Amino acid sequence: MRQRSLVILTSVLTTGALTLTACGSRDDSGDSKSSKKTEIIIGVDAPLTGQNSATGLGIQGGVQIAVDDANKNNTVPGVTFKVEAHDDKAIPAQGQSNATGLVQNEKVLGVVGPLNSGVATQMQQVFATANLVEISPSNTAPELTQGKNWQTSKSRPFKTYFRTATTDALQGGFAADYAYNTLKKRKVFVVDDKQTYGAGLAKLFKAGFTKAGGKVAGEDHVNTGDTDFSALVTKIKNSKADLVYYGGQYDESEKLTKQLKDGGAKIPLFGGDGMFTPTYIETAGKTSEGDLVTSVGQPVDSLPSAADFIKKYKASGLKGDYGTYGGYSYDAATAIIKAIGNVVKDGKIPTDARAKIVAEVQKTKFDGIAGPVSFDEYGDTTNKQLTVYQVVDGKWKAVKSGTFNG
Amino acid sequence: MNTLPQQLANGLFLGSMYGLIAIGYTMVYGIVQLINFAHGEIFMTGGFGALTVYLYVLPNGTSMWIALPAMLIGGGLVSVLIAVGAERFAYRPLRGAPRLAPLITAIGLSLALQQAVFNWYPDAKTDINFPQIDGGPWHLGSISISSGSLFVIIAAPICMAALALFVSLSRTGRAMQATAQDPDTAQLMGIDTNRIIVIAFAIGGFFAAVAAVAYGLRYGSVKYDMGFQMGLKAFTAAVLGGIGNIYGAMIGGLVLGLAETMATSYIDGIPGMQQLGGGGWASVWAFVLLILVLLFRPQGLVGERVADRA
Repeated sequence: MRQRSLVILTSVLTTGALTLTACGSRDDSGDSKSSKKTEIIIGVDAPLTGQNSATGLGIQGGVQIAVDDANKNNTVPGVTFKVEAHDDKAIPAQGQSNATGLVQNEKVLGVVGPLNSGVATQMQQVFATANLVEISPSNTAPELTQGKNWQTSKSRPFKTYFRTATTDALQGGFAADYAYNTLKKRKVFVVDDKQTYGAGLAKLFKAGFTKAGGKVAGEDHVNTGDTDFSALVTKIKNSKADLVYYGGQYDESEKLTKQLKDGGAKIPLFGGDGMFTPTYIETAGKTSEGDLVTSVGQPVDSLPSAADFIKKYKASGLKGDYGTYGGYSYDAATAIIKAIGNVVKDGKIPTDARAKIVAEVQKTKFDGIAGPVSFDEYGDTTNKQLTVYQVVDGKWKAVKSGTFNG
Repeated sequence: MNTLPQQLANGLFLGSMYGLIAIGYTMVYGIVQLINFAHGEIFMTGGFGALTVYLYVLPNGTSMWIALPAMLIGGGLVSVLIAVGAERFAYRPLRGAPRLAPLITAIGLSLALQQAVFNWYPDAKTDINFPQIDGGPWHLGSISISSGSLFVIIAAPICMAALALFVSLSRTGRAMQATAQDPDTAQLMGIDTNRIIVIAFAIGGFFAAVAAVAYGLRYGSVKYDMGFQMGLKAFTAAVLGGIGNIYGAMIGGLVLGLAETMATSYIDGIPGMQQLGGGGWASVWAFVLLILVLLFRPQGLVGERVADRA
């Protein structure tokens, strides 16, 4: 009896453990037939499962198409590029462990990702120590490029870190400006999810909105993973706010907006690019109508330069939402590939290739599919375009594009 | 505007859901002294069972009046099968083994179920939309009730009343009480205790499925990991009310739901407590309440003989 139970116990535990590990690894099977060429890996780190994965898969897809294009056009002679995608599950510690793995693989000469600013903070140091270039298509926390005291004295903490997304400092202010001057909202209730991205965005929106003359009717915080917001909704209703600003991701905000409208509060929810995904509308359904977000850059769908990319993405059957960051991921990967092209000649990788590639990326200047790509002295994109989107008839519709300089 | 009635109602809706899940913890504990940590996942699979009926069994665009009962049956069936299967294959072989063994099995089973849904259910890697009842919010004085909340507020009392009647009036119910009191003597009296245990798991599973449908209707979506947090809260509710006591589970659920809602809405209004209030702290206060109850009334609010058996 004892032994039998032991067998069952072990087998159940092993099954559990096996299923766990099975979802952690991604298939990295590629064809190894092209033997003559040097293989170089472009790493990807993004949430591919769980929270935020719809957006994360779009990053993987964007990079995949860039790499396919580079291989097809033989952009770097003598080199075959390969994508190696790591799943960080939107967990900072997982991102750090992925970064360590990527750094140790000598074939990895550049990384695109991560999606979340909170994850990025744990990865920057690892890449910097190894001189490996990292370009995020989506991180928006200002301190990633401009240091902790970015509001008073900017200083770049890591020279290997770049991004193709503009910062929250601009996004929060852009949203506040739109809410006050275009929507004519005067009383806002601010909610955030206490994460680096969400709390930062909410703070900047609040600052911009009160500076413009608006009033903050109330504030509250939620936890990531929360589902019941009924008590919060009652608080919001009672505050008589005419707008809710939410700093955080779609996972919570889609439930918040549904419960807000089900609770009888007919006011729009305004958020950042973390909410800007079709999943938000699918889950919140009709209750999302009229909700707003800001996002970096211009809508990729509206750019003629991205038409080819969108066609390829749709034809490839890739999962995820290219709309938010797919285009920026394509550009980030392209910047890395171009830099590699300047360093690697005839398939020969020089000894200090990684450091040289970082220097090349810093000098990058080209027209990407989502706009001009180049980086300032902090590693921030020089493309400061932002767009406000609104849910109209169950779809995100761009309502205003522009630049914002605080 | 006075928000208290609305907040009380919010707490009641949330608490009813906790209570429904807590029944499963409390009944199983009452009879076999096992904390079935996989119960949160049994709740989750109930939600996916109901969703499967809607997406893959019923024709597109079926009215919710027909779909809802079918979904309850489908979800209930899945949850009951998994609960009974877990009992038969994971817990029964370990009956009589040291306490720790079935506990670890329960945790393993919980992970296995979660990962099975995650890996094999189509599109289950993120939220999946759950069908919604149209209409609402309805107003009752200053309280507004959404269609999803309406379901739980009707379903929970019906389930509870049915269970209370079953346990106190039917032969099987009385046999359950006897088994809970002393399984060995009950067996000597001619009660098939294995059958009673299976029934306890089945009832717990069905109630969890009802709660899962309520969850889907209320929040609009289900997710592979929704069982973890809800399961933990429901377990807390069961302990709060007095684990082993089915009325205690319901009362514990309601108290917990109300505590969370009140904490969200009022604690940050108390001077000096601004930092410790709001939605982000709701769970903290719920667990503080649990600790206080356990310190001063270890048998739980309603009470059940725990000390002499544990």
